[in-house]
Amino acid sequence: MTSVAEHAAEVRPRGLTVAWACSATAFLLVSLIAGVLVGPIDLGVGSVLESAGARLHAPGVTSSLSPTEEAILWEIRVPRVVLAALVGAMLAVAGATYQGVFRNPLADPYLLGVAAGAGLGATIAIAYLPDGLRGQRLLPIAAFVGGSIAVLLTYAVGRSARRERDAATLVLAGVTVTAFFTAWQTFVQQQNSETLQEVYSWILGNIPSSGWSDVVVVLPYIAVATVVILALRRVVDVLNLGDDEAASLGVDVRRVRLALVVAATLGTAAAVAVTGLIGFVGIIVPHTIRLLTGVGYRALLPLSVLVGAGFLVLADVVARTALAPAEIPLGVVTAFFGAPFFAVVLRTTRGGSP
Amino acid sequence: MIELRGVTVNLGGKPVVNRVDVAVADGEWLALIGPNGAGKTTLLRAIARLVPFAGEIELEGRSVTELSRGELARLVAVVPQEPYTPPWMTVAEYVLLGRTPHLGPLAKEGAHDRDAAGRALGRLDLLDFAGRRLGTLSGGEKQRAVVARALAQEAPVVLLDEPTAALDIGHQQQALELLDGLRAESGLTLVAAMHDLTLAAQYADRMLMLDTGRVVADGAPADVLTEAVIAEHYGAAIDVVSVGERIAVVPRRPR
Repeated sequence: MTSVAEHAAEVRPRGLTVAWACSATAFLLVSLIAGVLVGPIDLGVGSVLESAGARLHAPGVTSSLSPTEEAILWEIRVPRVVLAALVGAMLAVAGATYQGVFRNPLADPYLLGVAAGAGLGATIAIAYLPDGLRGQRLLPIAAFVGGSIAVLLTYAVGRSARRERDAATLVLAGVTVTAFFTAWQTFVQQQNSETLQEVYSWILGNIPSSGWSDVVVVLPYIAVATVVILALRRVVDVLNLGDDEAASLGVDVRRVRLALVVAATLGTAAAVAVTGLIGFVGIIVPHTIRLLTGVGYRALLPLSVLVGAGFLVLADVVARTALAPAEIPLGVVTAFFGAPFFAVVLRTTRGGSP
Repeated sequence: MIELRGVTVNLGGKPVVNRVDVAVADGEWLALIGPNGAGKTTLLRAIARLVPFAGEIELEGRSVTELSRGELARLVAVVPQEPYTPPWMTVAEYVLLGRTPHLGPLAKEGAHDRDAAGRALGRLDLLDFAGRRLGTLSGGEKQRAVVARALAQEAPVVLLDEPTAALDIGHQQQALELLDGLRAESGLTLVAAMHDLTLAAQYADRMLMLDTGRVVADGAPADVLTEAVIAEHYGAAIDVVSVGERIAVVPRRPR
């Protein structure tokens, strides 16, 4: 018989180990640097650093970039990279949250209908709003409103059902609402076939080069959503045991699940509103982390934030450079490069996953 | 002290538990017995407030409906029949989840919680398994991890649903000995749904037999386990045999 003291070090959760946290942070940093440096105009590492130094009022540092280059760097490239990082972090952490809360490894951030609702909102905006109004301002709002309505509807349908099998009912309600909104969206799209291409390219997703305005719009939603999810990350491991066991461990299952789902959904709706429907991130990132590290949700969720951000920044670099000056839809890139990578991870790791 | 008065649970419009009255003293081991579908599991779930019920259930003089989830979980721990044990989780992490009722929703485990989990692991002889993934354990080892999680909860009442269902006879005996030892050591009150009447008779102070949701017998094992009672409620032909102090229920092939 061994003593408790001898094992004290092992009787603790494997939280965010330093090694994994550092690896994920390094991945994010490399991605951010690549995102800022790679583009049609080569700005050079030194000049970018000088420019950053000058912006931070570092003594004796002046920027060697021309005003145009300064504008490309600070008004186009940096905000685009920041936006990609925010959206990638949100989609990955929302996917991981849904997988834990609904105990379903195939759950993605669009599980409860947010994508179908946002798609309908965007399609209506593109089809019916006059060109002048559509632009930057109204399309994201329409997508956000559509996504939020769809999820509210999912909750209404799910709640009207029996109390038993709460989580499963909610997922089925999401499938129902998604089917309904998708049918409606397809109809609107088919009736307005002249806007088909615009709708289609929105649905495949891209990070707009719209300067800081979109960053400012989505930042509050994504920041609040991420803070809520990370604060509750220990409880996600408890919810993953199932409703009854979580309740018998003292968790108010409905309330906590509602908080997590609202956070994940609002953040996703805000992200989707400005970037369109970027698929695969919410599934591939959490599963890759789990297969590589084997950690529980308390560590998986923060790692998903870091790795999701880095992954989407890299995907966006590919999207805007591979066929430059044309841009490949981001949803195509995430799946085209994500799927083979994930297949390799699946083949080379054992166990760990549910 | 657990006190149930007129407890009724309706599922799908029919009573699965029907006006059950029972009081369980501190430190007592009550075995819930009865044929399949008698309402044993549902009664346990009602005590843990996992299913809505009519009537009154009191724990230490307080109605369970007035307690918050957290308060209730500090009084009652549950060992379910088929718990989900996430395969990637280590035994230590799993047992630490038992500390949830002692933590706020935003808090994380402190030294005190790790001590409690360490003691629970030690009692179940699982310290050498602390770092192992649940997915690598045998059925019996998993069962011990689940019991350790319930013990880490440090609740005075433990409800067990078929705690030995997945175990061979040796491990059944070990598990029940262990529970009895824990009861003696820390004065736990145990309420366990059990199918194996012979084993139940050896460990329980008292047996409560349910049939179609009603209490049909309540008393010491020797009083409850009679040929007539078992024939009536289980529809089984058996002999009750005395082996020294022990009694055994031996099936007899009907002709």
